[in-house]
Amino acid sequence: MLLEIKNLHVEVEGKKILDGLSLTVKGGEVAAIMGPNGSGKSTLSYVVAGREDYEVTEGEILLGGENILEMDASERAAKGLFLAFQYPVEIPGVGTMTFLKSALNAQRKARGEDELQTPQLMKRVREAANKLEINQDMLKRALNVGFSGGEKKRMEILQMALLEPKLSIMDETDSGLDIDALRIVAQGVNALRSKDRGFLVITHYQRLLNYIKPDTVHVMAAGRIVKTGGPELALELEKNGYRDYVSEAA
Amino acid sequence: MTNEITQIRTPAEKALISLYASEKDRLPGSAAVKALRGEAFAEFERSGLPHRRIESWHYTDLRSQLREAAPLFEPGSSEFEDSLRHVQPGVPAGYALVLLDGIFVPELSDLDELPGSVTVRSLADVLATGDANLVDRLAPKGLGAGDPALSLNAALMQGGVVVDVAPASELDKPLIILSIMSAGAIHAAYHRSLVRVGAGAKLTLLEIVDAVEIGSNQQNGVLVLEIADDAEVEHLTRISRQGADAIIVRSLLATLGANCKYDGFALIADGGLVRRQVFLRFDGEHSTAGIRGLSLLSGKRHADTTLVVDHAVPHCTSREYFKHIIADEAVGVYQGKVVVRPHAQKTDGGMKSRALLLGDSATMFNKPELEIFADDVVCGHGATVAQLDEEQLFYLRSRGLPRAEAEQLLLEAFAAEAVEHVQNEGARERLMTYVSDWLAARK
Ligand SMILES: Nc1ncnc2c1ncn2[C@@H]1O[C@H](COP(=O)(O)OP(=O)(O)OP(=O)(O)O)[C@@H](O)[C@H]1O
Ligand SMILES: [Mg+2]
Repeated sequence: MLLEIKNLHVEVEGKKILDGLSLTVKGGEVAAIMGPNGSGKSTLSYVVAGREDYEVTEGEILLGGENILEMDASERAAKGLFLAFQYPVEIPGVGTMTFLKSALNAQRKARGEDELQTPQLMKRVREAANKLEINQDMLKRALNVGFSGGEKKRMEILQMALLEPKLSIMDETDSGLDIDALRIVAQGVNALRSKDRGFLVITHYQRLLNYIKPDTVHVMAAGRIVKTGGPELALELEKNGYRDYVSEAA
Repeated sequence: MTNEITQIRTPAEKALISLYASEKDRLPGSAAVKALRGEAFAEFERSGLPHRRIESWHYTDLRSQLREAAPLFEPGSSEFEDSLRHVQPGVPAGYALVLLDGIFVPELSDLDELPGSVTVRSLADVLATGDANLVDRLAPKGLGAGDPALSLNAALMQGGVVVDVAPASELDKPLIILSIMSAGAIHAAYHRSLVRVGAGAKLTLLEIVDAVEIGSNQQNGVLVLEIADDAEVEHLTRISRQGADAIIVRSLLATLGANCKYDGFALIADGGLVRRQVFLRFDGEHSTAGIRGLSLLSGKRHADTTLVVDHAVPHCTSREYFKHIIADEAVGVYQGKVVVRPHAQKTDGGMKSRALLLGDSATMFNKPELEIFADDVVCGHGATVAQLDEEQLFYLRSRGLPRAEAEQLLLEAFAAEAVEHVQNEGARERLMTYVSDWLAARK
């Protein structure tokens, strides 16, 4: 099992946000999570990625069978975890290229691999950027600073393509993307799909799932998974909304 | 009876009084100069060492910090050559004028290579001949008047250089004033230099404060910079290789003529207590001054940057931009005062001082001030004290950068925003390397 979350309870400032959440993602699987605003989807993604301001009061998170709860965010990344942020963070003064090089080499170093030299790296970045139709000029700017909403999301996928994670969590990567960008981003994700890799795709819209076909769809409400099904579940939600599930969770 | 409060003299003040008494006949200068020294010392005696009740020294209480006033160094020539050899590797290419323990050493300076457009004299010689015009210029009127550290320097100045850069000239390499403290027992140096940049000349001036051995020395150095009309000066100051007990006071007294451009940048990365004070006045219209700097403080270091920028004439622009990275229990101080005189219309002033505190024990006192007496001006200031942004750190860490590396990346970016204003490419690169190494050594 690639990702295994067992009975996860998470609090922030004494407020319970995740309430006994369990979930698995297998190698090769694309799992979608849908759920109302405030149900805890982003919190889940942050906790898995290793953000410290959330308190895990109970439960386990295993990545490739290994408990990652005690690991630093950077160690989790080196183990193949990637989070495409719902709101990518602007980093003034840090050039995008400098950042990509630091990230890639930090992970390689942590895994005992050789560092990439700048020319090699530039080539890889350019190729990946071309595929995602990312303007080369953007690579010269400070990371995410002044990028449009859609540009930020593409930059997340560029990082994902370069880092080749085992498990990618995509938190509303589709929101803010225009129709063409949605297709391009989906192609980027589909290109990474393989029997070893898994994806956890958080979205509000069934439309994304037309491009990235999920194997599993989970419904999340009030901090836990309340229903799991196949792609047809997303269609049903699109039609009926969450009313059946919200009352069930409460 | 006077209404002066009789202060209790600290041991350091007592030591300075006896130091002056024993050195005054040996210090260089004509009878007139000796009289000026006496006046300056009397002024110092009245004020005593600067302390927190003097507003401009409020955050740097030298009176309580200077526990012992060290004696002057007895120059022994065999140590001179040796001293320089230890410092040379860090000195960038340029025409170096070497002050060893405050005394100009022509034999160690690049005088032979220096083009004819630059004349260099020893301060001691100028004082001995007592050239009234030059002596006058060593203490420009209205700049830093009454400052106790300046008075003490005027009384005790041992040496320095008097440099004239010919009008319309341009050097192929930077001019360097290299001030070195030799190794050995704790000692003090008082030096003052005057650099006059002729009309239309272009100059890159590096002021390097270095030491043969990292030690606990005391120095009080003054640079008087007189920039004539249409001249352009880039002035870079580096204070490094000073021990955690070293006490360093540096004063810059600068005047700008018309249509000048002055760009200053100071790196303060060492020393126990550093006070850098800049008094700059616009004497001619349409000039621009950029006064910038970066402080990197760790341990229990204390660094104070205090500026007074005097817009005495209309149509001038000033930019003050300082960054401070403060770790451990270090203390940073920034006091920037921009004065716009009543008739100095169309002044454009912008001041920023930004500090990042690493950890809860670090301290920053940030005090920008505008004193505006004219009505048609554009002036603004901003001062911030913050910590590293946890959201940014998490984002970087989630990409695989360990916390220390993520911090380094953000801190380098923070420092670079100041360093990138340095125009001299070699100096800019050395500065960034210095910053990276300093940050890496912190981890
Ligand atoms: N740091 C925090 N401090 C306080 N409350 C928080 C914090 N982080 C999240 N919450 C709260 O936890 C709940 C879940 O938030 P979360 O962002 O995980 O929801 P979400 O499912 O991602 O919502 P959306 O669909 O709007 O993105 C919300 O009520 C939110 O206000
Ligand atoms: Mg969310």
